[in-house]
Amino acid sequence: MKELLPEETIISSELFREQMVMMVKSEHILKVCEIAKNDPELAFDFLSFVAGVDRYPSTPRFEIVYQLYSIKKNHRFRIKCRLEEPTEGLPRIDSVVAVWPTADWHERETAEMFGIVFNNHPDPRKLLLPDHWKVYPLRKDFPLEGSETETPDLPQ
Amino acid sequence: MGIENHLNNTVHVTNLEWFVNWARKSSMWPLGFGLACCALEMIATFVSRYDLSRFGMEVARPSPRHADLMIVSGTASKKMIPAVRRIYEQMAEPKWVIAMGACACTGGIYKNYAVVQGIDRHLPVDVYIPGCPPRPEALLDGILQLHAKVMKEQSIRRPRLTNVKAV
Amino acid sequence: MSTQAPLTNTAREEILELNLGPHHPSTHGVFRAIVELDGEIVVNVTPHLGYLHRGFEKTCENKHYHQVIPLTERCDYMGASSNSLAYCLCVEKIIDVEAPERAQVIRVIMAELSRIFSHLFWLGTHAHDVGAMTPLFYTLREREEIMNLFELVAGGRLMPNYLRIGGLNKDLEVGFLERLKAFTDTFDERIDDYETLLTKNAIYVDRTKGVGILPLDDAIKLGASGPMVRASGLAWDIRKSQPYCGYDQYEFDIPVETGCDVYSRYLVRVQEMRQSNRILKQAIRKLPDGPIIARKAGVIFPPQEEIYTRMESLIHHFMLVVEGMKPPAGEYYQCIESPRGELGCYLISDGSSNPMRLKWRAPAFVNLESLALMSRGRFFADLIAILSSIDIVLAEVDR
Repeated sequence: MKELLPEETIISSELFREQMVMMVKSEHILKVCEIAKNDPELAFDFLSFVAGVDRYPSTPRFEIVYQLYSIKKNHRFRIKCRLEEPTEGLPRIDSVVAVWPTADWHERETAEMFGIVFNNHPDPRKLLLPDHWKVYPLRKDFPLEGSETETPDLPQ
Repeated sequence: MGIENHLNNTVHVTNLEWFVNWARKSSMWPLGFGLACCALEMIATFVSRYDLSRFGMEVARPSPRHADLMIVSGTASKKMIPAVRRIYEQMAEPKWVIAMGACACTGGIYKNYAVVQGIDRHLPVDVYIPGCPPRPEALLDGILQLHAKVMKEQSIRRPRLTNVKAV
Repeated sequence: MSTQAPLTNTAREEILELNLGPHHPSTHGVFRAIVELDGEIVVNVTPHLGYLHRGFEKTCENKHYHQVIPLTERCDYMGASSNSLAYCLCVEKIIDVEAPERAQVIRVIMAELSRIFSHLFWLGTHAHDVGAMTPLFYTLREREEIMNLFELVAGGRLMPNYLRIGGLNKDLEVGFLERLKAFTDTFDERIDDYETLLTKNAIYVDRTKGVGILPLDDAIKLGASGPMVRASGLAWDIRKSQPYCGYDQYEFDIPVETGCDVYSRYLVRVQEMRQSNRILKQAIRKLPDGPIIARKAGVIFPPQEEIYTRMESLIHHFMLVVEGMKPPAGEYYQCIESPRGELGCYLISDGSSNPMRLKWRAPAFVNLESLALMSRGRFFADLIAILSSIDIVLAEVDR
């Protein structure tokens, strides 16, 4: 895959326990995903999941992971990209729903759990959490047990 | 005793309160409120091996208006608890609640931001059945304890009134 | 003389928005959907999830690796052993340990029993949703026999909690293999019984044939896996394409249908039960002797006898219980074929005793995305049949 992408998009790649992971720059994620899907040698037509990782306190703080699978060629691949936490507002990244429609719900869940905004997402509502909560639970600085004010039992 | 012997034991003489309690416990219709894994063990209690119909309770009504007993089986998440309260409010008096499973009793293994730490924070619970999930025999034991509790109630002199309002 | 207003012809047509759930009488759990209806025809379905969100992934980040196993079992409570299999295989890959032969065969036995367990319940509740109430009682009778087997070997009826990182908790009990053999011998006829009730039943076929069509392209685009995609014509089974836990040594077929509808999914799942029975018979025959847990000091629990007699084993056991095991830093994605589809466990370890991130790729969550596509233009009663054919488990969908 390295030959297909221009030099500046790839940050690193590694092989751990026979699984290949590639880190790319977050601005180019949509282009990378399109190449991964459309190239006939790679043919990654199945997106297993889109997940977020919070690597607090190291920076860049967030990481988005895309796990890909090719049904025809029977190989798997993982693409990751890192996101800085901006000084104000929420980190933004392009949505890959145009490439794999299944990313819809995965991205909604990642957005509400980590507080990441996916540009051009068709339906950016909360998926699993109650609508009146304004917290991002899977961030590392959010306590496991929540709090009475932020995650109350009942809507006020 | 005395008069019953004269009437060839065809009549049973008792007081009204005992009679009302007996009628209530003998055909208490459950609202199968299956939320999570405990629901599977509740369903196993309903079918032929552990047969709940010998207690007159196999008529699991889906609508709360028809039910007497709410068996909360499974984890009540914070998003779900307003719906649980609303359904409890829709049940007609007299009504009882069984908290089945560790998650309904105290939150279970999920001590975190998303789970209500015990439904007794919101509903008046009559019987707690611990277990993860409790065996069907444990659920039957809990139901029998509830029947014993109902038989001891002073249903005529001091009727039950619960004051749970939906949110 | 009455003054009657003239009858005007200004009848308005509106889409009716119906709220389905979260408490509704089918046994799929707390699922809520807003259904937009035009008369009886479904225009759109919008699922609203999260009513069983239990914070599973965040809870796992605060537990030791061994303490996560019971949590994973409660994610898909219908086939609990598949979940712990995915998790244990993932952790074993990260610490670079392989479970011994005997443990692998027993794990396959537990996984296939879980598959039969889950499909039986699905069959009963699906038939109940479509209107046939009888199969539910029969399938639950088989499930009681499987629960007896789980209880015999592991102590738990529904959540056996039998798998451990590196192998199993303890060896099989005396009498387990005989009872399992008795079960597999009679199970094929039982499946024939269920098929007699439903497969050629005119009412069942009418209700399910041609209902809920999911073309193969859409299925792949929407990420569907498992029986959903095998009923649309694709012969994809992770047990065959990327075998794990010794599955390449068993002989079994992948049932594929091309109907893409609810009836095909029913046929695929019934055939899968037959194939699982076939695998069970082969596993009973090939069960080797040997240890049931791997040995790696410092990460895997030593056997009980050694803890009582050897000092280092006692110390290792103590450290593992108090501090938890510390795998090397790295990440791995392990996927298995659960009864619902591709169940994946993505684990990032940073060298400490808690997982840094555990992402659970739940097949029911992804399969549910195709509900809207499949039910547009169908009757409302078909929506119930389609929903039950996806085979969702809300605890997995909401995690």
